[in-house]
Amino acid sequence: MAILTEEQAMLRDMAKGWAQEKNPVAAFRRMRDSGAPLGYDPVAWREMAQMGWAGVLIPEDHGGSDFGYLSMGLLLEETGRTLTASPLLASAVAAASTLRLGGSDAQKAKWLPTIAAGETVATLAVDEGPRHAPGQVALRAERAGDGYRLFGAKRFVLEGEGADLLIVSARTAGDPGDLEGITLFLVPGDAAGLTRARLSLADCRGAADVFFDGVALGDDAVLGTPGEGFALLDKALDRARAGLAAEMLGAASQAFEATVDYLKTRVQFGQLIGSFQALQHRAGRMFMELELTRSTVEATLAAIDAGSPDAPLLASLAKAKAGETFNLVSNEMVQMHGGIGMTDAHDAGLYLKRARAAEATFGGQAFHRDRYARLKGY
Amino acid sequence: MTDVAADDLDAFRGEACAWLAENFPASLRGGQDPTRAPGPQVLTPDQTLWKQRMADKGWATPTWPAAYGGGGLSAAQARALQQEMDRTGAYNPMYGMGLMMLGPTLLEVASEAQKARHIPPIVRGEVRWCQGFSEPGAGSDLASLATRAEDRGDHFLVNGQKTWTSGGQYADWCFCLVRTDTARKHAGISFVLFDMKTPGVEVRPMKLISGASPFCETFLTDVVVPKENLVGPLNGGWDIAKRLLQHERTGISGNAKPAAADVPLAELAKRYVGLDAAGRLAEPDLRARIAANDMAAHAFQLTAERVLKETKSGSPSAGSSILKNAGTRMGQERDELRLEILGMAGIGWEGEGFEDGELRAVRTWLAGKATTIYGGSQEVQSNIISKRILGLPESTQG
Repeated sequence: MAILTEEQAMLRDMAKGWAQEKNPVAAFRRMRDSGAPLGYDPVAWREMAQMGWAGVLIPEDHGGSDFGYLSMGLLLEETGRTLTASPLLASAVAAASTLRLGGSDAQKAKWLPTIAAGETVATLAVDEGPRHAPGQVALRAERAGDGYRLFGAKRFVLEGEGADLLIVSARTAGDPGDLEGITLFLVPGDAAGLTRARLSLADCRGAADVFFDGVALGDDAVLGTPGEGFALLDKALDRARAGLAAEMLGAASQAFEATVDYLKTRVQFGQLIGSFQALQHRAGRMFMELELTRSTVEATLAAIDAGSPDAPLLASLAKAKAGETFNLVSNEMVQMHGGIGMTDAHDAGLYLKRARAAEATFGGQAFHRDRYARLKGY
Repeated sequence: MTDVAADDLDAFRGEACAWLAENFPASLRGGQDPTRAPGPQVLTPDQTLWKQRMADKGWATPTWPAAYGGGGLSAAQARALQQEMDRTGAYNPMYGMGLMMLGPTLLEVASEAQKARHIPPIVRGEVRWCQGFSEPGAGSDLASLATRAEDRGDHFLVNGQKTWTSGGQYADWCFCLVRTDTARKHAGISFVLFDMKTPGVEVRPMKLISGASPFCETFLTDVVVPKENLVGPLNGGWDIAKRLLQHERTGISGNAKPAAADVPLAELAKRYVGLDAAGRLAEPDLRARIAANDMAAHAFQLTAERVLKETKSGSPSAGSSILKNAGTRMGQERDELRLEILGMAGIGWEGEGFEDGELRAVRTWLAGKATTIYGGSQEVQSNIISKRILGLPESTQG
C-alpha cells in the first residue's frame, strides 16, 4: 500500500465508506435490473460529484481539487470493489486529463468547471473497431470554411449514450494507421449531425456507437495542435489506463476476499473446503498476484503525478498486470464457489463480466505486452 | 460383442453409406443441428423425418442391443457408422441424459423389466430424463446427500431438495439418488426413477450468469416412488451413480467439440485482427496462443480416439477423468480466446450493434464456466486421477 498523505487517507476512507455502505454490489445489481439507459445511476453520480470526486484531477482555478492521480486511483479502487458504474473513469479521468494536458485556456475555462461539478459528462471517442487501436483513425475532418466537418464513426465509446462532450480523434492528413495527421476535436453531444446507438454490454456499463455525418466545428474545437493529436491522445490514454487498472485492482481485491470468505465457510467432505491444500495454494497464488498488481498500479499513478518519463511503460505494465490478475481471480471466484457461482443471483458473474469488459477497454494484455516491448526498444 | 472381420466391416460400411444416402434428407446436409438446448425442440418436417428414421433404425444408439430397439452394432461398426455420418454431414438426432448417461447405466445394472420399459423410449428420443443428484449441501461431496426415501411397504416416500437439475422444467422422468439408510454414508444411498408428474414434485428454474435457465431446483415433498422403480439393490445406489458419472464425464468432454456454427479461432482472428505481409496473423502474441489452443484440441482429439480404441467394450474407464479435465480446460481457453479476438464486440450482451456470432460468443463463454464444476468438478477429477490412477496416499490434510 502506498504511503498516503492525511488528505489521501481521508479520501480513501470516505470512498470506502460510501461504496461499501451506500453503493454496494447490490446497488449495481439494482441499476442493472432497472435497465438504466445510461449504464449508471445518476443519483449516485451526483453524490460522487458532490463529494468532489469528479474534480480530483482538475486545477483549483477551474473548480477542482488537483489532488492528483494517486488520489483518483484510491477512488477508482474503492468504487471498483463494489462494481460501482459511473462516468468517473471516462469523464473525470480520461476526458479531464486530455483537456488539462492539451486544452487552451479558453477550452479549459469552458469545460473543466462543469466536468469537475459532474454536470458535464465528457468522454474520449477513440476506437473505430472492436479492438483498441488508437492509431487506426479513419474518421475524416475536412476543412470547410473557417472550420471542419467530421465524417465517420466511433465504436464502443464509454458513456457514449449520455455524454455531453466527446473528445474525438479525427484524421486531418494521412491514412488509417499513420500516427501523424490525427487531430483531436471537442464535440458537444448535441452537435447537428451526431447520432448515437446504445450498446448493451455484458457488464451493463454505458457504451454507444457514435456517428458523425458532417458535424460542423469551428477552429476553436481543435484540442491541441492540428495533426499532432496522437501524442496528446496517447498521454491521456495512459492516464485512463492507469485509472482503469486501479478500478480493476479494487474489483479483483473484493472478488478475492469474497472467495476466501467462502473457503472459510463452505463445508464439503465434513470439513471446510479452505482446509484443502490444493485450494489453499491457489488462494495464495491469487494473493501474490494481487500484491504484484498493486505495486504496478501505485507506481504508475505516482509516476504520472511526478511527471516521470516512465509513465507510459508503467501504464502498459499496470493495465496488462491488472487484466491478468482480474481474469484469474474472477475465474477462480466462479470455480471455487462451484455451482452457486454460476447463478445470476450470486455476485461472481458480475465480477467475471466486468473483468472481461475492463480487459478489452483501452487495450488488453496482448496490446500492452506489445506496447511495453516497443517502449523498451525491442 | 466382438469386432467383425475386416471384410464384413467394409460390407457394413457400404450398407451404412447406402442407407444414409437414401434416408438422410438432402435438405439437412451441411446445415446446422437443431438446437440442443433443454427447452422444447421445434423441428422442421425433414428434421422430424430424420429423427423418425433413426429411431426406427436404432442407430442413434448404435451399440445398444437390438432387443431394446438399439442398433446392435459392434464398436467397430459404430465407429464406421460415425465416419460415414460425418462424411455425409448427418448428425445424431437424439441427445440428452437418457441417451448419454442413464441408458448405458441401465443396460449394465437394471432388471429386465426396467430395461424393457425404459430403454426403447430413450432409443426413440421420446422421453426426456433429468438427474436428481446434487443438493444444496451436497455438491462435490455428493455422498453427503440428505434427500430421504422412507420404506412404506410397496413404495418409498421421498422428501428433500435437489439442485442443478438439468432441464428439470422440461423433463418427463428423473433418475435420482436418495438416502435409504441414515447410519451409513455411501452405503446408505439408493438409485430410483420417478415420473416428474408425480404429485409433490416441484421445479423452479434458476437463472445463470449466461442469462439462460438450463437448471432447476427440484423440491420433493411426500413423493410416492413405487418399489419397482428402485434400480439395483437397496443401498447400492452409490456404485450405480459412480458408473453413471463416468458416462457423464465422457459426454461432457465430448462437448469440447466446438458448435458447428462457430467459426474456428484462426478464421475469426483473420477477420478481426488481420494478416501481416507474410500471411501470418498480425498479432504474434495472439497467434501463438491460438496455436497453443489448436494444439491442445488436437492432442485431446487424438487422446479421445486412442482411449476409444484401447477400451475394448467402448465403455468409459478412469481415463474419463483425464478426458474431462483436458477437454473442459481446452474448451474454456478456446472460449476465452474467442472473446479476446472479438475485443469489445466480445462482451456484447444483446440487441443492435452486434453480429449473432459475437453475441453467441459471450453466452458460450459464460455457460462454459460450468463445465469444470458439474459432472464432478475439476478438483474432484484431479483427486480421482491422483488417488485412483496414480495410487497416491490419502492426504492427511484433506
